[in-house]
Amino acid sequence: MCETCGCGDSDVVSVEIQESILATNDHQAAHNREHFVRDGILAINLMGSPGSGKTALLEATAAALGGDRRLTALSGDLATDHDADRLRAAGIPSLSITTGSACHLDAKMVHKALHHTPWDESDTLFIENVGNLVCPAVYDLGQQANVVALAVTEGEDKPLKYPVMFRKADLVLLTKVDLLPHLPGISIERIAAALAETMPRAAMIPVSAVTGEGIGSWIEWLEAERLGPGSHDAVGLPDSMTDEMKV
Amino acid sequence: MHEYSIVSALLDRVDDAVRQHGATAVHRIRVQIGELSGIETELLREAFAVVRARTASAEAELEITAIAAQWRCCACDQIVDRGHRLSCPECRTPARLAAGGEILLERVEMEVP
Repeated sequence: MCETCGCGDSDVVSVEIQESILATNDHQAAHNREHFVRDGILAINLMGSPGSGKTALLEATAAALGGDRRLTALSGDLATDHDADRLRAAGIPSLSITTGSACHLDAKMVHKALHHTPWDESDTLFIENVGNLVCPAVYDLGQQANVVALAVTEGEDKPLKYPVMFRKADLVLLTKVDLLPHLPGISIERIAAALAETMPRAAMIPVSAVTGEGIGSWIEWLEAERLGPGSHDAVGLPDSMTDEMKV
Repeated sequence: MHEYSIVSALLDRVDDAVRQHGATAVHRIRVQIGELSGIETELLREAFAVVRARTASAEAELEITAIAAQWRCCACDQIVDRGHRLSCPECRTPARLAAGGEILLERVEMEVP
């Protein structure tokens, strides 16, 4: 009741909250992160468009490592277990997270899936997010690093069109570079320049899951990341770029 | 499109405040949404109009303050213009997003008997 005049009307109170709308997800992500840090597991949130080559990249990574590292993976898809099936065939214990209509993974989905994955027996957990260049960037999963797969076929200005995803990326893997001879209009330098405008610490490694090009550099990046976030000043943008263009 | 899950998280948090204060209705919800947050304000409004039904916020107004993106140097705090490399023109240090990443619930106005 209104206490001012006793008229019987309700009071309208204004309550200051000042809290992230995603606080519940962030809390769950922090919980996931505690698990990963405590058990010494490098957790990577691998994002990218549908068809950017995320699964092929992980297959090539497993093949190149040849058992040197114990990998596990969670694969987010709207439907089917195809990606997890492929990863298991490549020797990576994997579980699908089938999201139905959801366009991204969130920290709770990852936590639930971890209960059914031998992640704590591994040293590297790849969380292959739903193929989507927008929504996954919004949700912290508890990962140490965000890696974005960008295929050379997607166009040079993708980073400018999807700045939210690329501003969150710690590393961009430029995939399918074996196709470059068939794409005369595509320049790695122009892709790198677009990244420099959207990624504050721009870092890109050109890779091909078909020829194996760049996979060694990507594995070196992972090993550096194991030492702690931000151990990658040396990666930057490709050597073919001028110093002026490098970030 | 993830705006429905954002609205769902928002209304959960508002419901907590409603319970905490014993409110009977929510009049206004004020949020800040950054330009580079990954949330589209128009889609957020549409999702809010649908999801608020049958909640304490069914009649509530969603007031969105859009925050423009601003990059600043991590070291000297100088503004780094967009459309260029995201590092400081003076000292070359990488920039940080000083504003524009907000997904923030600021304030809830509720009717309390």
